Amino acid sequence: MATAELQIGDVVADREVHLTRESLVRYAGASGDFNPIHYRDDVAERVGLPGVLAHGMLTMGVAIGTIIPWLGDSGRLLEYGVRFTRPVVVDPEAGATLRIVATVGAIEDDGVVRVDLAVTHEDTSVLGKAQARVRVS
Amino acid sequence: MNPELVGRSFPPTAPYLVGREKVREFARAVFTTDPQHTDPAAARALGYADVVAPPTFAMVIQDLALQQLLADPETGIILERTVHGDQRFRYSRPIVAGDKLTATLSVTGIRALGKASMVTSEAEITDASGAHVVTATSVLVVGGDD
Repeated sequence: MATAELQIGDVVADREVHLTRESLVRYAGASGDFNPIHYRDDVAERVGLPGVLAHGMLTMGVAIGTIIPWLGDSGRLLEYGVRFTRPVVVDPEAGATLRIVATVGAIEDDGVVRVDLAVTHEDTSVLGKAQARVRVS
Repeated sequence: MNPELVGRSFPPTAPYLVGREKVREFARAVFTTDPQHTDPAAARALGYADVVAPPTFAMVIQDLALQQLLADPETGIILERTVHGDQRFRYSRPIVAGDKLTATLSVTGIRALGKASMVTSEAEITDASGAHVVTATSVLVVGGDD
């Protein structure tokens, strides 16, 4: 992997991940975030949410996971940030599908590239400024 | 919201020992099952002592430090009115099974956003030797009183 081979706009990785209520319970256990808005419809409704939501950190984790096979070594990841702009409602029957497209957003000096992650649910963006800075050479 | 919170630091959290099965469990939960996260041999081939945690695993350690902030009644932060606005990680190296990690939290900024407040905090996560591993920065949006 070398910067010279990459151009702005190149798609380096993309995937779809289907989330179900089981995914949310699994993430709650793995992360220790047991906020009930992520698995209880009654609590979500009481606090005025449109439904049970995926953890923002689950979406953030799924998004960056998309580029790990391309990166090859997690140690190439220098920085990763997101803004949580829209909640992902996970229907008890249908679940929710996240689509992630990772594109070269900028090529910096010293073999560092900014990868922009477009993360959508039902064609609507759910993360803002989801960007990773990675060392590619 | 207590404005005197800016600049406040909390004591380092008790060391967190990163377990191999915990890394595997977390990798599965974030749909990130590249072999470096699950197979010690694949991780060793990349130069790591054991399986490599997915990038957002740092949140598990950061959360231990954030709990100090959220548990303190003097902060004026009410959990039911708090949402996660932004999250950022700056890495010196990935977290690896076997690491003993400590997080030290400081509040770096508070900004008004209408009736809400945006509270920025930084958790500096270091290993047993004291070396920097990752800095985790969160913006919490805390709703107003009404």
